[in-house]
Amino acid sequence: MPPIGAQPKDYLLSVEGLTVSFDGFRAVNDLSFYVDENEIRVIIGPNGAGKTTVLDLICGKTAASSGSIRFRDKELTKMSESQIVLAGVGRKFQTPSIYDDLTIFENLEISYPKGRSVWGALTFKRDQAVKDRVQEVAEIIFLKDRLHDNAAFLSHGQKQWLEIGMLLIQDPELLMLDEPVAGMSVSERIKTAELLNTIIKNRSVLVIEHDMKFVEDIAHKVTVLHQGKILSEGSMEKVKNDPKVVEVYLGH
Amino acid sequence: MKLAFLSRRDVLFLAVLAFLLLVVFPFALDGFRLNLVGKYLTYAFAALGLVLCWGYGGILSLGQGVFFALGGYGMAMYLKLEASSVENTKIQSTPGIPDFMDWNQITELPYFWQPFHSFPLTLILILVVPALFAFVIGAAMFKRRVSGVYFAIITQAIAAIMTILIIGQQGYTGGVNGITDLRTLHGWDIRTDSAKFILYFVNAVLLLGVILIAMFVRDSKLGRILVAMRDKEDRVRFSGYSVANFQIFVFCLAGVFAAIGGAMFTLQVGFMSPSLTGIVPSIEMVIYTAVGGRFSLFGAVYGTLAVSFARTSLSESFPQLWLLGLGALFIATVLFFPNGLAGIWRDYVQPTVDRVLKLRGKPSDPAWEAGKSSTAPAE
Repeated sequence: MPPIGAQPKDYLLSVEGLTVSFDGFRAVNDLSFYVDENEIRVIIGPNGAGKTTVLDLICGKTAASSGSIRFRDKELTKMSESQIVLAGVGRKFQTPSIYDDLTIFENLEISYPKGRSVWGALTFKRDQAVKDRVQEVAEIIFLKDRLHDNAAFLSHGQKQWLEIGMLLIQDPELLMLDEPVAGMSVSERIKTAELLNTIIKNRSVLVIEHDMKFVEDIAHKVTVLHQGKILSEGSMEKVKNDPKVVEVYLGH
Repeated sequence: MKLAFLSRRDVLFLAVLAFLLLVVFPFALDGFRLNLVGKYLTYAFAALGLVLCWGYGGILSLGQGVFFALGGYGMAMYLKLEASSVENTKIQSTPGIPDFMDWNQITELPYFWQPFHSFPLTLILILVVPALFAFVIGAAMFKRRVSGVYFAIITQAIAAIMTILIIGQQGYTGGVNGITDLRTLHGWDIRTDSAKFILYFVNAVLLLGVILIAMFVRDSKLGRILVAMRDKEDRVRFSGYSVANFQIFVFCLAGVFAAIGGAMFTLQVGFMSPSLTGIVPSIEMVIYTAVGGRFSLFGAVYGTLAVSFARTSLSESFPQLWLLGLGALFIATVLFFPNGLAGIWRDYVQPTVDRVLKLRGKPSDPAWEAGKSSTAPAE
């Protein structure tokens, strides 16, 4: 919780009183939390706790019923999805969301932060800076030898990496990852943790994850959601020993 | 024009098509048949638009006839006004207005006909009116995230409404007969054989120009965004693009292409009527595109020619069976050759050609490659 008297603008992201209801069901109920610059925050919680909905609300995929989401000095609840991206928020989806019909190079290039208007896209030049950056990112995501293959031919884990790479090239200030290691093999998981440790530098990250080992490795702070509300928040150590958390989530 | 964006294979295809349209057809065919080919090629403009809009962008429009008509009627209105000089129409009760207006007791040229006195203004309106109309439809639909089947149905409804409107407003539009008895373009008689010959070339060159524009769009980042949007709309949206703007753009572009075709139809065939605006011609345009291969610009041209030739020859012998045949062709294409003629070419002919010519075209066409893995159309 923020110290009393702190100004909201001290935080990169301030979510306050956020509520969304679907046909009367409050998936997220009066939720407030704050994310610092360069903080890695992990959201955990049982199925249906509203974790993905929180990310949907922040990135504009779902409209909030009430409450506010402030990112720096911008109110995200009033902005369109693409404006939110331009403001510096990036989102990775739960299932790998990549363009199967394009090559890995082209997948990455689309996320390159230039030429995002219709005219900009028509006149976009694939210059050396773009090529170098794509090359650089492809190397980080272990796909540099496959730049000109179609993304459809990648394995599940590689697709996850590609999407992470697309976000990396987008260079958001706040990166939101929805279960980045779900469905991965053990070796892929280790590589992904390594990858995430590279890309979380100089930015804030909001991660949803079930893999507790993974959470322990990366989290600065953990927020436990339950039925759309915060059950517990703090360091991993604190959260792990919270009897409420053990009962609804970790105990299983 | 800078052509650096074209791959070697594209240049070769373009050269072959240009040779076919500008040399082979004019020499091999008599005047009547050449004019017929010219008429077919006007539909190819609409098919080219559909390749970008439907094949690449995944937006199936069943109303391209509307834009074809907007272009066609624009040109017809200009020609009709020129043919309705006071001199030519002195037997009418109101000389100087089109004959069908006179028959419908209209005594004054309606305001929306006025700009079509001017040829430059007509040319501008032929491009601007369809673009604006597509923009309005596109903005209304895509900003509300209407897509897929719903969009297709709405465009089809618009085609139906357009036809009803044209037929109903006989005094302003010429009704079910359309606008007929067109004579001269800026004083130049378009009914003579030599005029038809020249118009054929104008049409062919315009078509090649439109193909170049379409290639430019396809090979730009915008082309890749269209493919990406078709596949994962949300990912594109959450990568900072306004998806609706891109959909509106490609829909407008397809509309303008169709309108150019419509204007050239009027010039070459000498009339424009609601039989070319409605649901059936709109769906035929989709069939041309599907048969040619909806991911292939050249396929669209060859598909249009092939289906139109088949239509002419079959409907001469079996007028009742033709529509059934067309339906069967569409079903067969979707089931067995989802990538159309272009797919057959790529899978069976291209490898041999490549071996002979030792061409190593770069795989510049992503949607194309996609066709290999998917067996059914996206919509």
